[in-house]
Amino acid sequence: MKSLRRKITGHALSLVATVLLGGLLSATLVRMAPGFEVDERELDPHLNAQSVQALREAKRRDHNVVRFYVSYLHRAWHGDLGTSLALGQPVRTLLLERAPLTLRLLSTGLGLAWILSLTLALSAAWLRLSIFDVVTTIVSGTFLCIPAAVLALLSVLWNVPGSLAIALIVFPRTYRYASNLLVKAYSRPHIIAARARGLGEARILFCHVVPVVTPQLLAVAGVSVSVAVGAAIPVEALCGLPGIGQLAWQSALARDLPLLVNITILVTLVTLLANSGADVIGHMVRGQEA
Amino acid sequence: MSLGRKLACVVLVLVLGASAAANWLAPGGYSRQYREATNAPPSRLHWLGTDEIGRDRFARVLYGTRISLLLAPAAALLSTLMAAFIGGLSGYLGGAWARMAMAVTDLFLSLPWLFLLITARALMPLNVSPLVSVLVTFLLLGLLGWTTASRVLCTTAGALRTSDFVRQARAAGLPGHRLFWIHVVPNLKPVLYAQFWISIPVFILSEANLGILGLGVAEPMPSWGSLLKELEGLVSVGEEPWKFVPLILLVIVVTSFQLLLSRQEEVAA
Repeated sequence: MKSLRRKITGHALSLVATVLLGGLLSATLVRMAPGFEVDERELDPHLNAQSVQALREAKRRDHNVVRFYVSYLHRAWHGDLGTSLALGQPVRTLLLERAPLTLRLLSTGLGLAWILSLTLALSAAWLRLSIFDVVTTIVSGTFLCIPAAVLALLSVLWNVPGSLAIALIVFPRTYRYASNLLVKAYSRPHIIAARARGLGEARILFCHVVPVVTPQLLAVAGVSVSVAVGAAIPVEALCGLPGIGQLAWQSALARDLPLLVNITILVTLVTLLANSGADVIGHMVRGQEA
Repeated sequence: MSLGRKLACVVLVLVLGASAAANWLAPGGYSRQYREATNAPPSRLHWLGTDEIGRDRFARVLYGTRISLLLAPAAALLSTLMAAFIGGLSGYLGGAWARMAMAVTDLFLSLPWLFLLITARALMPLNVSPLVSVLVTFLLLGLLGWTTASRVLCTTAGALRTSDFVRQARAAGLPGHRLFWIHVVPNLKPVLYAQFWISIPVFILSEANLGILGLGVAEPMPSWGSLLKELEGLVSVGEEPWKFVPLILLVIVVTSFQLLLSRQEEVAA
């Protein structure tokens, strides 16, 4: 219990530090990007000299990236995430509007990928047919060699949901690990002995295989979230899905500092939470086993 | 060497050879426009047809392959060297250096690769000459792709630092820098080779992703990414199947690298 508490505290501290550094990194990148100082709104003939001056002042305030970031964190602490420069809307509203779609896309995609991976990996471990192994390796290997953006384009071409593209991007990565883990688990001497004594497949799976592979599979699950989040950008951008991935893409192209900093923090937070969560749950499973 | 690896070597040699001979195989070049034959299907003159502004697709595939296959290994070399420098050196020095390097690595690894790459490339200048766009794209791949390799190298170098032969060499009075170059770096070579080979297919696919999103190599210079962008305008697969040739070639080449990679992983292990 004590070691678990220590693990959770360690993860929480590292999470906060990495998230804050991630935000600072993205703010620095945007600040250094060519053309950051230029504001297209200054060319608007409807604006008078005072308004142009005010825009320049606002830009000058963002000039020092550390000062910008500290003031951003102060405002964020009070619930104000700033206003998007390109879209002219509060960042908080933009994120809240688009989050449900991305969440649905990612959860469906990840769910499909894991169902497919585990079904095929279990079949490979049970059947132990070399032809099945060859076919699944070729299929997963082929998907591994197709760029994520091509899968997104093909999903548009075949009119299938973007979540399927996410699933096919994640599937080859998860399948390879799941298959290796299950094949290794099934070749353990005590499982071979249990099989030889006629123990039911379901009992072998749930009593002997699942406890052994769960911690490692959880670690892969954490990584798969990161892959899916990364894949959401090309999928949403190319499939025209108004989610956070598309917003990230638009904000990077428009050099929208407030929006990009918030999205980077959000993405870092989601990735780290998934990985830390998988690690902590894996630790608990191992503890129960011991 | 297994049959699969032999086949992968043959495929890579053939593709590299064909792309190197692009000047002879497609003397028209990648940017010449055949205005009387825009969007033409495959013919004796244009083996893979022409694109929407009449450029020979076969020539563009050959030249695009050359660019992707030359620059992806160059970017992989850069990222491997950076990983060796940051990960290897910090692992060898240990203590605060290793912790600092790992903190930076963790920071980069906490951002999904595609998110980091697309964001960073979108922030770079896009309205530049084709040559500059090629350099920016592959330089960015090299500069951002070192993190995973760095983590592996830091751990390996850390293990070497506390190994018996390094301790003995240190006790014999060998200076730190000589110890690093003579005893540590040669032992990191198998890991470095493996990381180099792992990076090549990753960078080829990453360039393709950037190209499809319009963030890769600028027109008229071709690359696999810009060639795959043509798929965006397709209405059905059966309509113009020859437009899938760059994708098929990309899958074959990346698969060949993956097959060779398993050999490198065995060597590293």
